[in-house]
Amino acid sequence: MSTLTGVGVSPGIGFGTGYVFAREIPVPPPGSRHGGDAAAERERAGRALEQVAQDLERRGTLAGGESQKVLEAQALMARDPGLAAEVAGLVEAGTSASRAVYEGFGRYREALAEAGGYLGARVVDLDDVRDRAIAVLEGLPALDVPSRAAEPYVLVARDLAPADTALLSPDAVAAFVTEEGGPTSHTAIIARAMGVPAVVACRGATAVAAGTPMLVDGASGLVRLTPSAREVEAAREAAAARRSALAAVGGPGATADGHPVTLQANIGGPRDVPDALKYGAQGVGLYRTEFLFLGRRKAPSPQEQEAAYLEVLKAFPGERVVVRTLDAGADKPLPFLASSDGEPNPALGMRGTRLFQVHPEVLADQLAALARAASQASARVGVMAPMVATAEEAVRFAAACREAGLPSAGVMIEVPSAALRTADLAAGADFFSIGTNDLAQYAFAADRQVGALTALQDPWQPALLDLVALAVAGAAVRDRPCGVCGEAAGDPVLACVLVGLGVTSLSMAAASLPAVRAALALHTREECVRAAQAARAAESAESARAAARSHLPGLGGLGL
Amino acid sequence: MPERQVTVKAEVGLHARPAATFVQTAAKATLEVTVAKAGGQPVNAKSILGVLSLDVRQGDTVVISAEGEGAEELLDRLADIASAP
Repeated sequence: MSTLTGVGVSPGIGFGTGYVFAREIPVPPPGSRHGGDAAAERERAGRALEQVAQDLERRGTLAGGESQKVLEAQALMARDPGLAAEVAGLVEAGTSASRAVYEGFGRYREALAEAGGYLGARVVDLDDVRDRAIAVLEGLPALDVPSRAAEPYVLVARDLAPADTALLSPDAVAAFVTEEGGPTSHTAIIARAMGVPAVVACRGATAVAAGTPMLVDGASGLVRLTPSAREVEAAREAAAARRSALAAVGGPGATADGHPVTLQANIGGPRDVPDALKYGAQGVGLYRTEFLFLGRRKAPSPQEQEAAYLEVLKAFPGERVVVRTLDAGADKPLPFLASSDGEPNPALGMRGTRLFQVHPEVLADQLAALARAASQASARVGVMAPMVATAEEAVRFAAACREAGLPSAGVMIEVPSAALRTADLAAGADFFSIGTNDLAQYAFAADRQVGALTALQDPWQPALLDLVALAVAGAAVRDRPCGVCGEAAGDPVLACVLVGLGVTSLSMAAASLPAVRAALALHTREECVRAAQAARAAESAESARAAARSHLPGLGGLGL
Repeated sequence: MPERQVTVKAEVGLHARPAATFVQTAAKATLEVTVAKAGGQPVNAKSILGVLSLDVRQGDTVVISAEGEGAEELLDRLADIASAP
């Protein structure tokens, strides 16, 4: 028996026989030419592309929902006038229709792959359209994923395109396993939407013999081949236990021994409020106000701001809502705060709270609008400043808040200098909130936007945990609460460690709340403290994670 | 030539659904219409592959141009789509 390892992107346990889906469309060889009738060949290419477009639309109509949008976008690719012109030009010069389609898509494919990120992940959509058109032109059978099966099967593929999965039902598929892809690939998105476990970036998956029984763990990314019946049973029980463990824990966040930990949601505006309420957020730990300002030539009017703030505040009567003032600059430049022009290194330049020294009116307007909104709602409003580095900045910000009539002023801990000196910053800060993403970026001198540096962005890095511990300790000296509102807060294992370090509140994407709430409820504060000590004693992110886990016995019950 | 300059607000930029809506709207018109990143080469606004290749992200400014009868109305519609949050 052997095990394959990939990246788990949709949690849960799936078991079934493997169905390897290999749609191998041969590449039309370079230099392939048509018989000589360019006009007829051009028409053949056009008809094939149109047939593909119609087929994609038909699948879209059948699938509905999010899949339909993706398939319609693919149909637009098949009918693209730029592509048609390119193909026509190639055919005119003698190239066969298949080869012309292949080369015509090639140019765009390169541009998308180069852009990376979201667009890079769309290359699979484009390849799918191309391969379907070539299959039509070459008279190849259109291979499809079985949409029905007597027993749910594990769908194994190099990667899956939206058209492949559009007609699948969760009854037919026990799990997805792909060789390629990442957390934002189509397979990952569709698997989460269907509630089916999925493992991506799993090398060797397509080499598995068809019909091999496979046990897929969509949380850990492990795929067991030909597991024993006992193993399957154990995995299923664990998954069921996880579901009921998550469902069983509700209410305010607390450790097993009743130590309270406020669990809040990060939101970008009123549209994120329904999810926050659905997952039981105890208010908002981070309300990012940038979205109100982005893409404007002028700052939004005080009236418009007031309305947007009030809409959020009214959704949380009596609860705490922490609003972060405009965090512009660096990767989020705004024309009316144009002091960051030509900075050689914007992440280290005029951004966050620093901009308010140049444009005090923008902060004054925002605080005034917030104060007016706060006076009309019962939510307990806190305001916090981004990118504070020194106590003077914290004091200046707090003075501006008091002047506007906002009694609770806090500071984001994102700059290492601030993390080291929270006791001093307490002179101007009523509370602290640690932004782990930026704190890691500045502590490790590793740009958040550079994918190759993700290892340095790992929140389990012991040096980052040290900075969190120092920030929390300094805050405690002055009796100030210190929360975490970065990505790290939404990781159930790390959440226990953060609580062990003395963090008083955790704010995260709303969907992460149930797992964090359940993980805390299964461990005492003492266990969290020991896990935190073990993590800080480690020498690498990986060993810190392993050390923490070994002190958190309840994680197994959650399938984590 | 009539044109509109707008800043893209959608979190996904001019990708995914906003790009599809933009291209579908442009494709329905008989006019020629182009879109470019500020200072960049224009592409056919009816080409999804061209528009995606521009890699327009949240906060980027684009220039949409068209000429002929109904150009102003079309540009208004496209500008609305491109600047929708």
